Amino acid sequence: MSGSHELSRRDFIKVTTGIVGGLIGAVVGLPAIFYLIDPALQEGGKEAWIPIGKFEDMQVGVPYPFSFTRVQVNGWERTASSFGGYAIRKSDSPDDLLVLNSRCTHLACTVNWHAESDAYICPCHDAKFSMEGEVLDGPPPRALDIYEEHRLTDDGLIEIFFKEG
Amino acid sequence: MWNTIYNWLDERLGFNELYTNLLDRPEPKTTWWNTLGSASMFLFIMQGLTGIFLTVYYTPSPDHAYDSIQYIMEGVAFGWLIRGIHHWGATLMVILVFVHMLRVFFTASFKFPRELTWLIGIGLFLTTLGMGFTGYLLPWNQKAYWATTVGTQIAGTVPFLGEFILKALRGGPELSALTLQRFFSAHIWIIPALLAGLMGVHLYLIIKHGESHFPTKED
Repeated sequence: MSGSHELSRRDFIKVTTGIVGGLIGAVVGLPAIFYLIDPALQEGGKEAWIPIGKFEDMQVGVPYPFSFTRVQVNGWERTASSFGGYAIRKSDSPDDLLVLNSRCTHLACTVNWHAESDAYICPCHDAKFSMEGEVLDGPPPRALDIYEEHRLTDDGLIEIFFKEG
Repeated sequence: MWNTIYNWLDERLGFNELYTNLLDRPEPKTTWWNTLGSASMFLFIMQGLTGIFLTVYYTPSPDHAYDSIQYIMEGVAFGWLIRGIHHWGATLMVILVFVHMLRVFFTASFKFPRELTWLIGIGLFLTTLGMGFTGYLLPWNQKAYWATTVGTQIAGTVPFLGEFILKALRGGPELSALTLQRFFSAHIWIIPALLAGLMGVHLYLIIKHGESHFPTKED
């Protein structure tokens, strides 16, 4: 072949191999990425009103512990996840109720009420929160989360509004 | 700039030498029949990659194996594609390895100095079949269950050692969770490690001796 602009047989093979290889790589590689990250792209976020206990059982000034489980379908399996918190009644009015989420704001372990310390203590990194959920000690960046929406039913039950993460 | 980096790496890693030995080595006049070994290797790599991806969701337990595969096929984005490639690639690999073996046999390429290459090739063929046999059980459906029952029962007919072999394969007298777990282990660790090792030696020998000429009428 005379002209240098003409593609030699070798170069043709190289280019063709590159293109075909690239195509195969893309056809398999791109779906593979979506295959891997698929669970992160799923929409969750089911909502529900969840009863946490009888209003009359909650004493003023004493944190009332509650817990509940939510069953979620993860992949091919139904997994029960536990949630919980403390309801703190401040007066006779059912509106005057503080419902705390017992999930530590540091790294998501579960805090427990210790009456003798007058604090919620997290077993993981010794975080301490006051009865109203304010940070007293330890590493948490902010106060305990609050279940903002709650209501008293006709049966005398307190229900909280829960939205799956 | 890139040249400087390339040269620095090349002096230490020997890219050029590798390139010459692997991709620019002298070949006799070849046909498409000479590409079957490379095609088998390509499929092995493909099976390895798709297999790794499958383990992200697959669970080797009688409780979950079937459901996890249903989930891969219907729940995960492109799960059908990844498993489809692995499923059909397995069949294609057995066929290609076997045709590759026939080609080497009919062109008498197994003769001196390539006898070892041939013997190792037999090992590669057997490990490929082993991959097929162990992978077949993993979906844990009716076909898988009974195929493995029959397969291990056949292995059990070996004189004297039969019962021991059957129990060793099944991890007990009957198919169980242990069978599934050890087939899984064999499928993703033991046999692929063997296969890759043998493939390395096979490739080394091919590069060392070069490809054989097809025999002529005078041969």
